[in-house]
Amino acid sequence: MEQGIFTVIENAPIAPGTYRMVLACDTPPVTAPGQFVNIRLPGLFLRRPISVCDAEGDRLTLLYKTVGRGTEQMAAMEPGQTLEMLTGLGNGFTLADGGKTPLLVGGGVGAAPLYLLAKKLVAGGARPHVALGFNRADEVFYTERFAALGADVTVATADGSVGVKGLVTDAMAELSYSYVYACGPEAMLRAVWERTEGDGQFSFEARMGCGFGACMGCTRETVNGPRRVCRDGPVFRKEEILWRT
Amino acid sequence: MADLSVDLCGIRLDNPVIPASGTFGYGYEFADYYDIDCLGTFSFKGTTRQPRFGNPQPRIAECTGGMLNAVGLQNPGVDRVISEELPRLAKVFHKPVMANVSGFSVEDYAYTCRKLDEQPQVGWLEVNISCPNVHGGGMIFGTDPDAASSVVRAVKAVTAKPVIVKLTPNVTDIVAMARACEAAGADGISLINTLQAMRIDLRTRRPLLANITGGLSGPAVFPVALRMVYQVSRAVRIPVVGMGGVSSAEDVIEMMLAGASAVEVGAANLADPFACRDIIAALPGTMEKYGIQDLRDIIGGAHG
Ligand SMILES: Cc1cc2nc3c(=O)[nH]c(=O)nc-3n(C[C@H](O)[C@H](O)[C@H](O)COP(=O)(O)OP(=O)(O)OC[C@H]3O[C@@H](n4cnc5c(N)ncnc54)[C@H](O)[C@@H]3O)c2cc1C
Ligand SMILES: Cc1cc2nc3c(=O)[nH]c(=O)nc-3n(C[C@H](O)[C@H](O)[C@H](O)COP(=O)(O)O)c2cc1C
Ligand code: FES
Repeated sequence: MEQGIFTVIENAPIAPGTYRMVLACDTPPVTAPGQFVNIRLPGLFLRRPISVCDAEGDRLTLLYKTVGRGTEQMAAMEPGQTLEMLTGLGNGFTLADGGKTPLLVGGGVGAAPLYLLAKKLVAGGARPHVALGFNRADEVFYTERFAALGADVTVATADGSVGVKGLVTDAMAELSYSYVYACGPEAMLRAVWERTEGDGQFSFEARMGCGFGACMGCTRETVNGPRRVCRDGPVFRKEEILWRT
Repeated sequence: MADLSVDLCGIRLDNPVIPASGTFGYGYEFADYYDIDCLGTFSFKGTTRQPRFGNPQPRIAECTGGMLNAVGLQNPGVDRVISEELPRLAKVFHKPVMANVSGFSVEDYAYTCRKLDEQPQVGWLEVNISCPNVHGGGMIFGTDPDAASSVVRAVKAVTAKPVIVKLTPNVTDIVAMARACEAAGADGISLINTLQAMRIDLRTRRPLLANITGGLSGPAVFPVALRMVYQVSRAVRIPVVGMGGVSSAEDVIEMMLAGASAVEVGAANLADPFACRDIIAALPGTMEKYGIQDLRDIIGGAHG
């Protein structure tokens, strides 16, 4: 974990209610795919955890959906304004296990951390397939960017306005894969988990008090006992995961 | 050079700043972020006889000026605290630590305290009779003076170390609770634990926390905590450790003026992992600003 002051370079919508923020820092943030940052916002007591979508040199990219006070405050920020945040939080995805053709499954803004993951997997010689689920065509984002990395991309929309009609798991039915990386709402993670025969890694969310392991606010029960989503996760291996009934 | 040192039940602290139980884990994780030997001491996560998973998710909610938690005393149990957590701590912290203990019966408290009493790393036992987030007992010890006395007597019988009793603010008469603990042999009082509170999600129209209620802490509770520290420290002879919403060197000084011999810092560590380090660094300058040479001189200074 490191603390840094970041300057907003770009901050604009990429779909209704979803924003892309690019930030710069004097010292390049040390971060890995699947890790997150915890952002301090003026007037709010707790920080807001957001996944790292991309990190290149001194630049950091975040994708976020406006759902409440904090993310709405972020959406109102202008280039040149600064944010204090903690970086390099969480364990992140392990790249080595994915094999040649891993499947990356994202639901909505859960696509964000898969971008840096896909980038690193491609750099390591793999050819990832990315399956992304959205509600409607106008909510779709980042498909061209994933394709530009050299990944194959499949999209599913709930209303069928683009790609496969249905959930991202419906799109998975047509794909063959031996390893899965997934990030999205818990219901999606569970559906992916249930239909995956091979191994995989799943990235979870939790309400966080600190984001760096101090408060036990974010704990999930796992096969190996209680684990903190912020420090032992947010990425858990398929075989460790327990679901609330 | 300003003198920051204070005395807590016969043990010298280099400064009065103590990260509060539940907001600093078992300490060693913060050692990755800064040298925790700069602390006066710290109070480790509430430890019980048996391991506890704690409450279901979600356990955390935010509010203006603070937060609610319903962690529910998640901890690995006293045996693993002794075999795993304390040895890890020993590598990075070289001062006596405050052992925070919770229980569900008088025997639980005595059992856990006896085990921790054997640990040379432990300087004080902070007996939490005030957790609002566990069902089936916990808080009764903090709301009934007779029940509190029986815990204190049982713990005093099994340890030679100073026993600091941690009180809940969720009572009508905090002074009566403090007096009962003092009469039963407590060596110190610490307060306040969190205030029972709740939030509702407007979208689902349901309580935000799975536990329905949680404990409020953070800057929002500071004036309430300060008032209770003031009242209790006037009513007892034993030292009082003040906490609740402290997040700056000014707050530390204000707590001490109210009557605190040392000051714990809780939720501020969660919002900013460097909070305690920065408060300690700011103390000498803040003391100078208010004409304070020796912190010991200002304890209870507002009592008049
Ligand atoms: C590890 C991790 C990575 C995340 N990555 C992203 C991302 O890349 N993009 C994105 O849009 N969102 C992401 N989220 C969710 C994001 O943290 C929440 O949407 C955000 O905190 C909401 O803040 P708010 O003030 O707008 O909402 P409010 O509802 O006003 O927030 C109130 C409190 O609840 C917390 N909270 C609310 N929703 C969530 C949630 N879903 N998960 C965790 N805490 C929540 C807030 O942090 C705050 O403490 C991530 C969450 C986690 C835990
Ligand atoms: C996440 C969290 C966990 C806590 N766990 C404990 C605990 O295990 N034992 C205890 O005595 N107090 C516990 N507390 C209470 C704090 O130690 C402290 O009394 C309270 O939060 C008030 O101080 P603050 O406003 O500075 O946070 C906890 C508080 C928080 C926020
Ligand atoms: S959010 Fe505090 S331990 Fe995970």
